[in-house]
Amino acid sequence: MALTKFEIAQRIAKELKNGYYVNLGIGIPTLISNYIPENISVIMQSENGLLGMGPFPEKENVDADLINAGKETITTLDGSSLFDSAESFAMIRRGRVNLTVLGAMEVSQNGDISNWKIPGKMVKGMGGAMDLVASAKNIIVAMMHTNKKGESKLLSKCTLPITGLSCVKKVVTNLAVIDIVNNEFVLKERAPGVTVQEIISATEGDLVVPEDIPEMNF
Amino acid sequence: MNKVFKNADEAIFDVKNNNTIMLGGFGLCGIPENLISALVKRGSTGLTCISNNAGVDDFGIGLLLKTRQVKKMISSYVGENSEFERQLLSGELEVDLIPQGTLAEKCRAAGAGIPAFYTPAGVGTEIAKNKEIKVFNNREYLLEHAFDSDFAFVKAWKGDHLGNLIYRGTARNFNPMMAAAGKITIVEVEELVPTGTLDPNHIHTPSIYVDRIFEGTNYEKRIEKITTQ
Repeated sequence: MALTKFEIAQRIAKELKNGYYVNLGIGIPTLISNYIPENISVIMQSENGLLGMGPFPEKENVDADLINAGKETITTLDGSSLFDSAESFAMIRRGRVNLTVLGAMEVSQNGDISNWKIPGKMVKGMGGAMDLVASAKNIIVAMMHTNKKGESKLLSKCTLPITGLSCVKKVVTNLAVIDIVNNEFVLKERAPGVTVQEIISATEGDLVVPEDIPEMNF
Repeated sequence: MNKVFKNADEAIFDVKNNNTIMLGGFGLCGIPENLISALVKRGSTGLTCISNNAGVDDFGIGLLLKTRQVKKMISSYVGENSEFERQLLSGELEVDLIPQGTLAEKCRAAGAGIPAFYTPAGVGTEIAKNKEIKVFNNREYLLEHAFDSDFAFVKAWKGDHLGNLIYRGTARNFNPMMAAAGKITIVEVEELVPTGTLDPNHIHTPSIYVDRIFEGTNYEKRIEKITTQ
């Protein structure tokens, strides 16, 4: 069975390590905060100016002056800090954020990512995505393996406008966990019940398939 | 030296058609509500607005779009606004999309006397078109220039009569850099307090950057997405 978006988030949560500062993009990445292992502590960065993002507030504590980058109301935690947007992106460019998880429309086998624009359609803008992918050392993409038309989103070369070059290290989809090594996709894990053949046929780019491909653990 | 004005209408007395204005805020959080309303009332047109977002249809910068006062928007993300989309697709509105960190740094540089800077954001993308590229330590960087704006419209939580400012929560966002960058910086605060009552240790924006200040009224502080547990 292919994973749900919640299970994709749950699988990526396993990549978190104690003490990590993490930036989660909008969409599937946001869901990861529901699956943080109990024995570790991570600090969430919200690029609109908060380190130590807490959960959604109780109804009576909603505060218009406390939102996340998705414009949702949130809370602070013990140890949180607030700052301006220049400082927020300074710490991102400085490489201090340990893990960045983003959604994508396409990822290429050399690690390029496209996730900000579909030519001919309304363009909403890149927000902070270009800054994040240009500077983060550890970028995981969370996305479905294919688009709504059933076409592969893991390509030999991106067809949509690029957000950043050679930056993605790992892709977790509804079908598989795939690393990007030496300009190739390398299959690491498959979703429970999904065959290697299914993954191969859903991947347009070059896919290296080692002999033993374990099923994902949660 | 009197920086205190009675209200937004009086504080924007010299805004002219075709001016460039920076407006603080992220989404609808920390936007200068009173100044935007006053600008709608004043009716200045041909404006270039530098702001991370473009508001929603009936609030924030969306109000200035509805009245067609904006010629050009410089932003990083402009979803959530159908009037904006209509004007963009019909060619009535120019839009410059800039990576958010670059947008923030173009404000910061302007406020720090730095004419330009190199950043890795946008290398290899269409943002890099016609921009100088320089290699440092085997990596490519783009040359980006500081913004040049006639006015900065800033929203702070508290301010004193001298113009020292304190922001609250994530309503800080672009406001401090814009406060430093504007040729004329106009600030609205939720609470205007006598000079000497704010703790100098807690000031976010020192008074030197602020030209005009007033206490805003009728704050709506609208929330785009109310999410609760």
